[in-house]
Amino acid sequence: MSSETPPTVSTSANSRPAGSGTPGEITTDQVAHLAGLARINLSPEEITKLTGELVAIVENVAKVTEVATPDVPATSHPIPLSNVYRPDVVGETLTQEQALSGAPDHDGSRFRVSAILGEEQ
Amino acid sequence: MAKAELMDYDRALELFEPVLGFEVHVELNTKTKMFSDAPNFFGGEPNTNVTPVDLGLPGSLPVVNEQAVKYSISLGLALGCSIAPSSRFARKNYFYPDLAKNYQISQFDEPIAFGGSVEVELPDGRLFTVPIERAHMEEDAGKLTHVGGATGRIQGAEYSLVDYNRAGVPLVEIVTDIIYGAEYDAPELAKAYVSTIRDIVVSLGISDAKMERGNLRCDANISLRRRTAPGEPPAKLGTRTETKNVNSLRSVERAIRYEIQRQAAILEGGGTIIQETRHWHEDTGQTSAGRPKSDADDYRYFPEPDLLPVEPSAELIEELRAALPEAPAIRRRRLKADWGFTDLEFQDVVNSGLLNEIIETTAAGASAQSARKWWTGEIARVANARGVDASTLVSPLHVSELVALVDAGTLTDRLARQVLEGVIEGEGTPDEVVASRGLAVVSDDGALIAAIDDALASQPDVLAKIRDGKVQAAGAVIGAVMKAMKGQADAARVRELVLERANA
Repeated sequence: MSSETPPTVSTSANSRPAGSGTPGEITTDQVAHLAGLARINLSPEEITKLTGELVAIVENVAKVTEVATPDVPATSHPIPLSNVYRPDVVGETLTQEQALSGAPDHDGSRFRVSAILGEEQ
Repeated sequence: MAKAELMDYDRALELFEPVLGFEVHVELNTKTKMFSDAPNFFGGEPNTNVTPVDLGLPGSLPVVNEQAVKYSISLGLALGCSIAPSSRFARKNYFYPDLAKNYQISQFDEPIAFGGSVEVELPDGRLFTVPIERAHMEEDAGKLTHVGGATGRIQGAEYSLVDYNRAGVPLVEIVTDIIYGAEYDAPELAKAYVSTIRDIVVSLGISDAKMERGNLRCDANISLRRRTAPGEPPAKLGTRTETKNVNSLRSVERAIRYEIQRQAAILEGGGTIIQETRHWHEDTGQTSAGRPKSDADDYRYFPEPDLLPVEPSAELIEELRAALPEAPAIRRRRLKADWGFTDLEFQDVVNSGLLNEIIETTAAGASAQSARKWWTGEIARVANARGVDASTLVSPLHVSELVALVDAGTLTDRLARQVLEGVIEGEGTPDEVVASRGLAVVSDDGALIAAIDDALASQPDVLAKIRDGKVQAAGAVIGAVMKAMKGQADAARVRELVLERANA
């Protein structure tokens, strides 16, 4: 869980998530990089095709910024609600059998996964 | 693991300025998890404290634990932070099976608390202000066991087993700003900082804060900046490494010292530092290279669409602020005065990290001096010999019971040490160990007098000397009696009785 700390801390309701704003150009390199991160195997043709499609999607989304004015706060949720909480009271849990019932593989008490290169995040 | 070349610490500090940064993860001790109502308890039967939310099953939705938010605000306030009027959760996306969802719910650009500072006391009593950049809420990950590799580590493992009991446990991650100026004391500052964070969360009652159990975990960032001659512009900051798996206060200090010496040797040898995570190995006192920073660190954070913003009211924040306990630094000054310790005695306690143990021991009835004597003496000695934290060996309640037994004359100091050993070995409470090992002082004067009369009779010359007023001669008789009593007698009482019987 290494923290990827953002460079600035903003408290303003107008702050936007990192990476938003004017969309840059989408390149085939970026699409290949994203495919790698998402563990999707793409052929060069697919990458070219998806790059074009993503450019179109990003351009469409960017239209929203044309009507956004500084007094319209950024939102992450369509419902104007906040502070939806749960009391700190223990509820029902799954049994071990239930928890493992959908697992492709397990050892009777734990999920079994193939050894993954890499480490805890 | 190849042994890294190390530069002498003093030499390293002559050439370089250490620059530090810490990320401390605190597990909150709420009853339930951060986003589900599963019990916040792990270590039991694997995958039993889980709900569909903790397993990331389709259709399940997280809901924020209100208590965890309040604890986070309290912690933020105790760190001198501002509390964000509005903050959001974000998804940190990565593929690793310690979380079943393929992302961790964390906070990114809108942490709940930001911009604070913590006063940390160095071993020599100097205060150092550590700047706090932010404190944010997130969820802990499950526990992986790698099977098939020779060492249980990931390299060479054939498969991994996952227990999600810990997945979703509420965490607050405290991130410092870059820390300059620690200089020669960098290792001590690191230890004192983590110790202070521990004191703060313990005083708030929001975490069990046991490092050996992973309730409190420290990732230590360190880089070296080459010193320049006066008048020259300062050198650029060096490349940092992030040392993980540092799970005791002692390790924090040792790991920082090690990294300074290792990095200095590389830089001075013309090499470069690779930005990477490094793993601390308690047994060898070294760090080893982990994962280099790479594409895998592209976490593609975005606002968590399943959760709504956290917008604590000003009233709630002020209510929590008013309920904050005395800050640990202020509390220390008060305790020192209350306990009547000398500077040296108090520093000894602070440096040993046993302040809370002594507080709890005195709360259980022991005098502060007795509590100090046992914790920084015999218990610390055993802890050192075993390479563990003293707090893991014995409870403050048991220490206070031990002190009471000594005060009541049931145990001598020597017997009390044997009783302590029994308690540490898990033989029960001090009373139980006294009973099971038969260690109580022989307070039956009849038995003592019989032994004294025997000893006096067998040493007539000594008896004559005592009768002549040579009281110091009684030592030989006392020794014989203590031996006969197998040490289970109060030497002062034996002395009294010897003089009484000799002159009878």
